[in-house]
Amino acid sequence: MTTAMISGRSSIIRRTFLRVSSAAAGGLFVSLYLDWPASAQQTAKPQSYPPDAFVHVRPDGKIVIQVNRLEFGQGVHTALPMLLADEMDADWSQVIADLAPASDVYRDPLMGIQMVGGSGSIAHSFEQYRQLGARTRAMLVAGAAAQWKVHPGQCHTEASVVHGPNRQSAKYAELASAAAGLPIPENVPLKKESDLRLTGKKIRRLDSRSKCDGSQKYGLDLELPGMKVALVAHPPVFGAKVKSFDASSARAIPGVDDVFEIPLVRGTGIVVVANRFWAAKQARDQLHADWDAASVERADSAQLFEKYRELARTPGIVAVNRGDPNAINAIPAADRIVAEYEFPFLAHTPMEPLNTTVRFDGARAEVWAGSQFQTVDQMAVAETLGLKPEKVTFHTEMAGGGFGRRATPDSHVQREAALIAKRLRGIPVKLIWTREDDVQGGYYRPMHVHRLEVGVGADGKPAAWRHVIVGQSILAGTPFASMLKNGLDESTVEGAADTHYTVPDFHVSAHHPVINVPVLWWRSVGHSHNAFVMETLIDELATRANADPIAYRESLLAPDANKLKTCLALLEEKIASWRPRVPRGHAVGIACHECFGTGVACAVEVSIENRRPRIHRATIAVDPGFAVNPLTIESQMQGGVSFGITQLMPKGAITLKDGRVEQRNWDGYTPPYIKDAPVTMDVHIVPSGEKPSGCGEPPVPVISPAIVNALSQLTGKRYRRLPLTEI
Amino acid sequence: MQTFKLIVNDEQKEVSADPRTPLLWVLREDLKMTGTKYGCGIASCGACTVHLGGVPTRSCVVPISLVGNRPIMTIEAISNDPVGRVVQDAWVSEDVVQCGYCQSGQIMSAVALLKAMPKPSDNDIEDSMGGNLCRCATYVRIRQAIKTAARQLG
Amino acid sequence: MKRPGLTVFPAVLLLAVASVKTASLEQGSTPARAAPRSTSLGLAAWQEIYSVMSHPRCVNCHTASDYPQQGDERHRHLFNVVRGPEGKGVPALQCATCHQSANADSTGVPGAPGWHLAPLSINWQDANENILPSSAVCKTVSDPRKNGGMDGAALVRHHQTELVKWAWKPGFRNDGTARSVPPINYEQFMAATRTWVQAGMPCPE
Repeated sequence: MTTAMISGRSSIIRRTFLRVSSAAAGGLFVSLYLDWPASAQQTAKPQSYPPDAFVHVRPDGKIVIQVNRLEFGQGVHTALPMLLADEMDADWSQVIADLAPASDVYRDPLMGIQMVGGSGSIAHSFEQYRQLGARTRAMLVAGAAAQWKVHPGQCHTEASVVHGPNRQSAKYAELASAAAGLPIPENVPLKKESDLRLTGKKIRRLDSRSKCDGSQKYGLDLELPGMKVALVAHPPVFGAKVKSFDASSARAIPGVDDVFEIPLVRGTGIVVVANRFWAAKQARDQLHADWDAASVERADSAQLFEKYRELARTPGIVAVNRGDPNAINAIPAADRIVAEYEFPFLAHTPMEPLNTTVRFDGARAEVWAGSQFQTVDQMAVAETLGLKPEKVTFHTEMAGGGFGRRATPDSHVQREAALIAKRLRGIPVKLIWTREDDVQGGYYRPMHVHRLEVGVGADGKPAAWRHVIVGQSILAGTPFASMLKNGLDESTVEGAADTHYTVPDFHVSAHHPVINVPVLWWRSVGHSHNAFVMETLIDELATRANADPIAYRESLLAPDANKLKTCLALLEEKIASWRPRVPRGHAVGIACHECFGTGVACAVEVSIENRRPRIHRATIAVDPGFAVNPLTIESQMQGGVSFGITQLMPKGAITLKDGRVEQRNWDGYTPPYIKDAPVTMDVHIVPSGEKPSGCGEPPVPVISPAIVNALSQLTGKRYRRLPLTEI
Repeated sequence: MQTFKLIVNDEQKEVSADPRTPLLWVLREDLKMTGTKYGCGIASCGACTVHLGGVPTRSCVVPISLVGNRPIMTIEAISNDPVGRVVQDAWVSEDVVQCGYCQSGQIMSAVALLKAMPKPSDNDIEDSMGGNLCRCATYVRIRQAIKTAARQLG
Repeated sequence: MKRPGLTVFPAVLLLAVASVKTASLEQGSTPARAAPRSTSLGLAAWQEIYSVMSHPRCVNCHTASDYPQQGDERHRHLFNVVRGPEGKGVPALQCATCHQSANADSTGVPGAPGWHLAPLSINWQDANENILPSSAVCKTVSDPRKNGGMDGAALVRHHQTELVKWAWKPGFRNDGTARSVPPINYEQFMAATRTWVQAGMPCPE
C-alpha cells in the first residue's frame, strides 16, 4: 500500500470532528463528521445531526456498524464494516452491519450527498471507515490504559479485547462506557498491510444466511400496523394527464379504501389504496382511465432512430478535439471505415420492484425505502409535504438490486408515496410499482446512434477518428445539470472521449436531443454503449491489420494506461492454457475497458447454438487498485459480466410506438437467465498498491463487445446494432 | 371472500381471501410470510417459488382457490428439510447471494432439483434452474453451490 | 388386423376400405362390397378432427421439439421451459410448476388435470415448427406404434379427457382477453371422432 493510505492522509478530508457520547443503554457511540471541499453540491455546513453513530459498542459485546450506503447486492454491507472492524481490532463474529438512515453525517465524502453510484462506495469511504475504526480503537485503548495506569503504547488489541503489558485484559464492551468520556485522539495511524486481518482477505458476506432463509426483509416486505397498500395508474404516454376514470367499479372491490388523482413528476396519475395488494391491483385494472396526451410528445423508437441517424451526420457539441479534425477527409476511402451503431433504450428491472412506504401525521414523516439517494429523496419528501428535512426520518431498507434505478434525481417514486401518505394522514402506506409499472415507467438508459469515420494508417493503426454520438443527456433537467459543460453531458461520451487508445487526430462530439422519455444512468452509464463501439471497432481494426487482438490493443494504448496494460498482460497469461485449444466452431473474443478507475480485460469462448451465442467460459482480469475483499470483487465481476449480457439478449430492448412502451414485463423485455450467462468464469485480480477503485460497474461494458468479437470470427459479420436479434 | 384452510410448513392455517388471490399474496400479506418474493407476477422469474404438494410451484400464478389441501412448504421452513439445509449451507459457503431477492426462489428450485436428481449434470442444472431469473446474475456461483450441495448429499 | 371394439363393419371390410386410395375413388371405381359412404364420411370427419388438432390449443403441446409452444402465434414457450424426459418438464421447472388442474383466469395461466406434452412420437409439427399436413398427422394419430398404443376406442377416450376438453374452455389471459377455441365445438369434435373411428380411421393421401 502507498504511504498515503498507511498514514490516512487524504486530500479529501479537511477537518474531522469526533463526537463521542454514552448511549442511554450503555456503550460507546462514535460519530465522525466530515467537512468536505467547497466544490461539493450541498452546503458546506452540515445540517443537524441525529444521535446516530457509525459504531456502537454494545454492552453485550456486539458491535453495530452503520453503513453509509444502500446495500443492493454490491457487498458494501460487508466490505465497509470490514475496514472499520479491522482497524478497530473488533471480533468480526460479533459485528452487525446496519444500513444507516438518511443523514448528512452519512454523506459520501467526495460527492456531498448520501448515495450509492459511480462505483464509489469503497473508493470514497475507504479511508473514512478505516479512520473510524482506528480512532475507536484508540479510545478504547486509552480507556484501558488509564484504568491500568500504563501507557497506551504498551497495550495491544485483538478480537474486541485490550491487553495490557502485565497480562491485564478488558473487553471492549466493558470499556465502552468509560471510553466515551475520554478526549478524542487526533492523529491515529492506520494499520500496516501486514497487520490487516480482514482487509484484503476473502471474507464471506454478513447478509448471506438471512438472504437464504427468508428472514431478510426488503422494502417490499415491510409490515407496519394498520398499513395500506397503494398502486398508481401511470399515464401510458409520458407526461399525459388523467382525463377521466371510473372509480365506482374500483371502489366496489372489497378491501379498497380510496381512489383519487394525484399530480406526478410528469403528468398526473390515479391512486388506488387498499388493504391488500391484490385488491388494489384488481381495482386499478378496473379504472378504465382516459388520458389526455395532446400536449406531450409521443416518442416513437423508429422515428427517433431515423432522426438520430440524421443528426449523427452533423457535428455535435465537441467533447474532445485532438489534432486535426479534418485529417479524416484526406484519407482515401479505401482506408476509411464508416460505421453506424444503434443502441436501444434499456430498462434496469432490478429484481425487487420499486416501492416506498411513508407515514405522515401532519408534523413529521417517516419513510422506508431502498434508496440509492437517501438525502436527495429525504429532501424531496420534505418538500412534497411542506416539512423541514429534519422532520423526515428516512430509513434505508435492504434493496433487491438497483443498477442505478433507485438513484433518481427527481425522487419520483418517493414523491408519489408522500402525496398518498398526505391524503391518508397518519396511516402508513406502502406504494408498490408492479413489474409492469417498472418496465413501462421510463428512466431508461437512453437510446443512442453513433457514427464513426476512422481512417486507417499504413501501419494498420487508426490515424484519424471522427465520432459523433447522439443520445439524451441524463443530467439535463435535473439538479445535476450544473455538471454539463457547454451543454455537453460527459456521461454520454465517457468511454469514447476519454479513451486510452492513442489516435493522433481524434474528434468526438455529441448531440443531446430532448425527447419525452425519462432517462437515467444504467449500470456503467455511458460506458455501456461507448465501450461496445470502441472495443468492436478496435477489434475490426486488429483483424484488418492481421494482428492479435491483445497485442494490437497493447500497441495502441497510451503510455499511462497502466491498468489496462496490467489487465491485458494478466489476461493473456491466464488464457494461455485454453485459448489455443478451443474446438472447431468456437472462437475467442477479447475486449478491455477502463471506467470508474478500474481496468477490466475479458476473454470469452463462444460458439453458436440454436442461433444464439453460447458462452462456454469467460476469463476476467481486473485491476481495481487495492482489493478490499477479493471475494466480493470476484462476485461483482462474475455478476456484472453476466448482467452486461442484457444488451445482447434478443428481447433486450425497450421500444416505443406512438408514445407507448411496447414491453410490459419480462416476457417482452427479457434479461439473461442461467443459459445466457457464461458457464464458468475465472476472475483474476491484478495485485496493486493503488487506492481502491470501483467494481460495481467496470465489468459490465466489456462482455458485449467480447462476445460479439468472437461471433464476428465465426460468422464474418460485424455487429453494430443492439440488441442482437440475429447472428 | 372465502375461507381457506391451508397447511403451511406443517402448520394449519386459516385465511379469508378473494378466491382469485394468488397464493403468493396470501402467504405474504395474510400469513405475513415475506420470504417468498414478488418479482413479476407472471411466472417469468421464479422468485415466488414454493413447494406445493412437493412440486416446486410459482405461487404468483396459483389462485388460492386451486391450492386445496396440498401441503405448502416455503423458504422459511426449508432448513428443516435435510436437502434444504445442505443447499442453504452451500449457498452460504459459496457466497452466492448479492442482493439476494431472487435467492428464496433459487434455493427452492435447487432443492427440488436435488431431491429428484442427487447428482445432476451441468445440463440438468441448467435446465432446472433455467427459469429462475437473477438480475445480479449470480449464475456462476449458483451452479457451483448446487454442485457443492450435491457432493455433500452424495 | 383386428380392431377390437368396432361393431359396425366386419374388420376385413374395414381394412379394405382404409387402404383404398382416394385416387381410385376419384376414378369412380367402387371396391366390391366397400362402403364408400363410410370412407368419405370418415375422411370428412378426419378433416374436422384435423382442424381441431392443428389449432394452437392442441398443436402447441404436440411439438416436435424439446419445448412447448404458447399463444395463437405459437411462439416458443417463454421462460426457458423445456420438455423433459416425460414431457412434464424438468425437476425444478415442471409443467405443474405453473399449470394447475384448472385455469387460473385471475393470473392468466391455463390449466387442466395432467398438463403435459404429447410424446415426440405423436408430434404434429416438423423441425421448423410448421404444422404437418393432414395426411401425415392422420397417419401418426391412427398408428398405435406412434400414438402411445391407442386403438380407436382409446382415442375416443383420450378425446374425452379433461386435458383435451380444455381446448374448448381454455380460459383467459392476464390481460382479460379470452384464448381462441378450435373451429368446431366439442360435441362436433366428438361426433367426428366417433365417425372417423367407426369408419376405420381412414387417412387422406
